[in-house]
Amino acid sequence: MAEKVLMKGNEAIGEAAVLAGCRYYFGYPITPQSELPAYLSKRLPEVDGVFVQAESEVAAINMVYGAGSAGARVMTSSSSPGISLKQEGISYIAGAEIPCMLVNVVRGGPGLGNIAPAQSDYWQATRGGGHGDYRTLVLAPNSVQEMADMTVAGFEFADRFRNPVLLLSDGVLGQMMEPVTLPDPVDYDVNSKKWALGYNGKEKSERNLCSSIFLDVDELEEHNWHLYQKYQVMTDLFSTGEYKDFAVEEHLCDDAEIILVGYGIISRILKTVVEKCRKRGIKAGLVRPKVLWPYPAQVFERLAKTANQFLVVEMSCGQMVEDVKLSVNGKKPVYFFGRTGGTIPSDFEILNEVDKLVRPD
Amino acid sequence: MGKETEEIIMAGFGGQGILFLGKVLAETGMLTGQNVSWIPAYGPEMRGGTANCSVVISRNEIASPIVTEPDTLIAMNIPSVARFVDKIRPGGTLIYNSSLIDQKEFRSDIKVCAIPANQLAAEVGNDKVANVVMAGAYARFSDMMNFDAFIKAFPTLVPGKKKELLELNLAALKKGYDCANSTH
Repeated sequence: MAEKVLMKGNEAIGEAAVLAGCRYYFGYPITPQSELPAYLSKRLPEVDGVFVQAESEVAAINMVYGAGSAGARVMTSSSSPGISLKQEGISYIAGAEIPCMLVNVVRGGPGLGNIAPAQSDYWQATRGGGHGDYRTLVLAPNSVQEMADMTVAGFEFADRFRNPVLLLSDGVLGQMMEPVTLPDPVDYDVNSKKWALGYNGKEKSERNLCSSIFLDVDELEEHNWHLYQKYQVMTDLFSTGEYKDFAVEEHLCDDAEIILVGYGIISRILKTVVEKCRKRGIKAGLVRPKVLWPYPAQVFERLAKTANQFLVVEMSCGQMVEDVKLSVNGKKPVYFFGRTGGTIPSDFEILNEVDKLVRPD
Repeated sequence: MGKETEEIIMAGFGGQGILFLGKVLAETGMLTGQNVSWIPAYGPEMRGGTANCSVVISRNEIASPIVTEPDTLIAMNIPSVARFVDKIRPGGTLIYNSSLIDQKEFRSDIKVCAIPANQLAAEVGNDKVANVVMAGAYARFSDMMNFDAFIKAFPTLVPGKKKELLELNLAALKKGYDCANSTH
């Protein structure tokens, strides 16, 4: 087994991307994700890759569109305001069905906000973000190891579904160091996509076109239903199919009376809260969605039969809580606790919320 | 009574090498086969501002890497004591830089260790390794990482061919360790 190295989350994404066969990165610096472009600016030239610090986020995402159309594994990254700037391009990429890896190391918003960690881009990430009827596969790591592993998985998913994949992280995960076992390198063949521009592989191909423009109404309707069907396939694979275990982590849920729900760095804090609850005789469990779209609704449908209540914790004023409510579908009460603006809730204050729900006066 | 987890906050001025001090602890923990996490308080800070960093070292999986009640505070300057001393777990330890901190009385429910870090660093030849002096002092109090483990971690932490740099760091480490030993 490979040796463990101590790495920052942002750097682990960069190295994992290179190992996954990514040879093109286009981006623009912004705290707290700047270690990622910094890492790749040094690393990509070593493997004959291309690193471009674009003149703007808008330029960067359109370079991603180009490289992805040509069949390359390509990535861009930013933090919240920068991702907002990229939304137009992401919509084009989704419409044209171009695989690519997007990384958002979320900071406090709205607007310029601040550079502290936050989870307030959940709606943007899971509802599309840009215009039009489209979906982005959203992965939510909670450790530096998962930052690496999910980057590799993300490139695979992107290619399989011809869809952009978004790694949704936050300032803590991006900045923190943990030991990581780097994934094995992938030997990626840029001539493996028959639909790509300039395809020059073994199979015969037509003259290819990658575009999101469908001026004819019937054509666009057909295209949108085609995308919709693809999203249905993805939803099935991540809820009941091959990736259902990838999509969610459950911890001590079988006998739990109260289920805590959180993703990313919050799920780590919730694990500590669950341990403390159990020591105090409170039967608490944890559900951690690792994939935020498609949402692992089936887990909540099942647990709504056994648990009494749900408490969703986020570093926002309450965004994912809506998906939990949709999934629980009114069968049990769903409560929310959040901190925002860059404050990370402590295990003590979450424990206090649990106490209020479990032992009401 | 083998400890399962050690949580440490270190704090000081930007430029005092707080983040590197945290990395020394994390790397040593990792190389001794434990789980570790390292989180910097990142911000628009720069040299002369404030810096702090949280490290967790554990025999078990680290659930939350966020440290709210540290077992140990390593304070390099006065504002760091003011900000963090009340957060130390009862029975925990304060290791403070007595070169820059005059205060001598602290909470009565914690162990206190004064290390003249800047002075000891100057004695080994470079004021800048005051942070490594503190790492040496921490080795005296850690139940999970002994002094040898710290020495073994340093070639990874100070890579390259600059042998003098490694030797300077090892000398600083030993100064801190010996100083903590002589007072405790």
